[in-house]
Amino acid sequence: MYMILIGGGNVGLYLAKRLLSGGHEVLLLERDPRHAQRLASIIGSENVMVGDGCEMLTQKDAGFGRADVVVAVTGEDEDNLVVCQMAKVVWHCDRVLARVNDPSHETVFEQIGIDDTVSATGIIHALLEQQIRPDVMLPVGALAKGNLEVVEVVLGPRSPVLHKRVRDLILPPHTNIVYILRGEQGLLVHGDTELEIDDMLVALVSRDHALELRALLEP
Amino acid sequence: MNVVIFGCGRTGATLALQLTSMGHEVTIIEQNPAALRRLGNDHTCRIVIGSGLDDDVLLQANVSRANYFFALTRGDNTNLMSAQIVKLKYGVENVCVKVADPLRAAAYRNMGYHCINPSSLTAGMMRDWMIDAPYQTVDQYNNLVTELEI
Repeated sequence: MYMILIGGGNVGLYLAKRLLSGGHEVLLLERDPRHAQRLASIIGSENVMVGDGCEMLTQKDAGFGRADVVVAVTGEDEDNLVVCQMAKVVWHCDRVLARVNDPSHETVFEQIGIDDTVSATGIIHALLEQQIRPDVMLPVGALAKGNLEVVEVVLGPRSPVLHKRVRDLILPPHTNIVYILRGEQGLLVHGDTELEIDDMLVALVSRDHALELRALLEP
Repeated sequence: MNVVIFGCGRTGATLALQLTSMGHEVTIIEQNPAALRRLGNDHTCRIVIGSGLDDDVLLQANVSRANYFFALTRGDNTNLMSAQIVKLKYGVENVCVKVADPLRAAAYRNMGYHCINPSSLTAGMMRDWMIDAPYQTVDQYNNLVTELEI
């Protein structure tokens, strides 16, 4: 299958790697030439193209006309919407998938016929609302234009936070422990939640503070 | 008429001042407060600060009551998306979109959106000035765009 990905951020790169290892033909479109060069050094220059995926000429060069799937994963909803809409209407690509950053935009994507959308923000919200297995969430990887990360940490026997309550932890700024998997049971985290050995913590953390969070949880 | 204009650049501000001087009610949506200086000091437009992609902002601008909506920011995709939100979600019939990329404008024109492509208009009018021909209609200038062979 020929798959075109638009947007070479963390999500695009991750998908490209996974799809390539799945044996698919993949083209990752990235607007910024310098960033495209970095991407090419990771997944091979034959799989990366510099260009604005919203431009019809770029779409033509990229081979939108023969694409089996077009996936738009930039950080801007308007760009993802236009790419998918043009892939569908102009190039008659049946399978389009869009990343939607602002969940309130999902209805518009639906209304113009882009049925497959992934809203990372929406997934996190769902996670907070109802308990879902964390492995559903991990592919999301990076949120909010790559500034927020989802990390998981399993508490070992020497973790300094064992038997502490979450409210007593001094977390780095912009950090939230949102979920704990304890044995087979998933727990939403409250201030009173006490941390136990072998707890798997899922946290939202801004990239700048991810290391600090690990340092706090691991010996 | 009740008019909402998204984007207070040169085009948006000029259009807003024209329409208010004709007695129309104009609301301007603009992200950058500094851009509002283009309206001068004694304009009568209602101002909503924010993005025309944002539901809260569109509600505040009372867009569902608008007879006309103009998307005039410098971002083609922003304009195209907000036009579609306003038409599909808020039911505004008359929507006009500024699209700088002539091919994208043509594509969305085929989808039924009234797109104005400034460069086709300018090039066409300059050509006609040079050859001393009368100015044509917007649709005729739009056809200057060479369609891609797909």
